Amino acid sequence: MSASLPTPLVEMRGISKSFGAVSALRHVSLSVLPGSVVGLVGDNAAGKSTLMKILAGAILPDSGSILIHGRPAVYDNPIGAREAGIEMIYQDFALVPELTVAQNIFLGREQVRRRWGGVRTLDTARMNRRARELFASLGLRVPSVTSPVQALSGGQQQAVAIARATGFEAELVIMDEPTANLGAPAIEKVRQTIEGLREKGVAVILISHRLEDIFAIGDRFVVMKRGEIVANREVGDTCSEEIVAMMVTGRDPRAEGPTA
Amino acid sequence: MFLVLALWIVILSLSSEHFLTATNLLNVARQAAPLIIIGVGMTFVMSTAGIDLSVGSTVALISVLAGSWLSAGLPAFVVLPLLLLVGALLGSLSGWVITLGVPAFVVTLAGLTSIRGLAFVYSDGYATPIVNPVMAWIGRGGILGVNAPFLIAMAVAVLGWFLLNRTRFGLHALATGGREEAARVMGLAINRIKIAVYALTGALAALGGIVISARLSNGSPNAGVMLELEVIAATVLGGTSLFGGRATIAGTVVGALLINFVRNGLNLLGVNPYWVQVVTGIILVLAVLVNTVLSRRVESWARATSEGDEGNAE
Ligand SMILES: Nc1ncnc2c1ncn2[C@@H]1O[C@H](COP(=O)(O)OP(=O)(O)OP(=O)(O)O)[C@@H](O)[C@H]1O
Ligand SMILES: [Mg+2]
Repeated sequence: MSASLPTPLVEMRGISKSFGAVSALRHVSLSVLPGSVVGLVGDNAAGKSTLMKILAGAILPDSGSILIHGRPAVYDNPIGAREAGIEMIYQDFALVPELTVAQNIFLGREQVRRRWGGVRTLDTARMNRRARELFASLGLRVPSVTSPVQALSGGQQQAVAIARATGFEAELVIMDEPTANLGAPAIEKVRQTIEGLREKGVAVILISHRLEDIFAIGDRFVVMKRGEIVANREVGDTCSEEIVAMMVTGRDPRAEGPTA
Repeated sequence: MFLVLALWIVILSLSSEHFLTATNLLNVARQAAPLIIIGVGMTFVMSTAGIDLSVGSTVALISVLAGSWLSAGLPAFVVLPLLLLVGALLGSLSGWVITLGVPAFVVTLAGLTSIRGLAFVYSDGYATPIVNPVMAWIGRGGILGVNAPFLIAMAVAVLGWFLLNRTRFGLHALATGGREEAARVMGLAINRIKIAVYALTGALAALGGIVISARLSNGSPNAGVMLELEVIAATVLGGTSLFGGRATIAGTVVGALLINFVRNGLNLLGVNPYWVQVVTGIILVLAVLVNTVLSRRVESWARATSEGDEGNAE
């Protein structure tokens, strides 16, 4: 690596993780430059979600380290990762159906005020107001920030998950198959969101089976197979046939293979 | 539920002239007090999608400990906090085992049998009379004509309402019960929350045990038999979901009052007291039915309208 390269925003080094006998990740390394859009692709069970949950602090790795701006990250839970500027939109949105839109958006980082000499109470009015402002600024629409999430449609729930991940000055937003089960307008919304983030200099890791989306809005492909990284490719330097072939075979044709 | 309560009160006041007297109403409020006190704890447990079947047995153990410690001459201001602590510790123990992955139903069922067993072992099966001025006030005293048990219950309900609806703890308990995986990936301290709600319920079961023992003026290992079922009935009647995520303290208070108004009303009407148990069971099933069916209706209705809006805008 030459010294002239910019410091990566995030660097994962030698990450391994096993679930019992299943080895989900084997010595995986990945780096993301500030403001870049990385498409993370791979077959089912390749380990994409596991790798991203580790980055988001929701799972602890067995070994390996994470650097943020070149410095070791010290978090061991999702709150720590969020404070370090890493947000994740989960495959199932990770919303609590019974709570309101605003409660979901602020879940885990509620705004409180001190009353009666130190008792901390929820500042619901302020959170509702800020949630409304957030939706307005993102151009997303929900019926009301005080309605329970279970009363929303799938696309509206996705808007809530996007608002939660993008409304708090993140430097990196991870999206785990954000377009699965969504109609065309909602998919278009996700593309716009990612482009908006890129314009603000926010990096995005996008897990998706829709390669055309990554060709359209991404900078780089990272291909995984069976818990390992197969290849890194600039978007302009590859085609979908090559990516699909690498996802299936798990081999990088351009890398020098073992001498035959 | 509020409607049912109102209706029942109207029917009863028309059919019995003893029902709508201040004395009788306050009497019902006093009888409902332990149910309200423990029901507040149960509301928190259920908000996390848990259940606590051990509260009746905790009442019994607290009752015999109160009898024994007070008759040994320890002052009430030492004994009462200690009893609350015992309750909280028993609750945290259940909560801790539950966080290891054993279902709450199993853990607290084990608590139900073994804690009452402890109460019998400790007391040898005998009740101990309680003679103590503080306990006498809790059992028979009051302020401005309102009896002490009901005052205590109201104080607990107000604090419980505040904790559930105005603090992070209450919100996080609801989130844990609503969808645990979402709460976990948002970084909530799920295990701590679970241990805390069982500890709270244990402490409130102890407080309920103190009130019951004070009322009866003795510490008995037979106190609180089947109380867990009444507490659960009151909580569910009030509209708290058995499956977590939705909980209401006001509902629990109404549920507890309703159960006792039914009992009182049937008494006044001269119905055989054994029928009261039958009726309580039937009311419970009806309440759950109404709660789940109604709330499902409302949800699908809300979803239908919000999707309709979206469709219009496109
Ligand atoms: N909590 C868990 N417990 C046990 N095994 C797990 C767990 N999470 C993931 N795994 C296993 O780890 C492997 C990688 O799973 P992961 O979800 O990361 O794959 P993925 O690339 O996201 O797949 P998909 O495209 O289907 O979402 C799989 O074999 C999976 O069964
Ligand atoms: Mg996945």
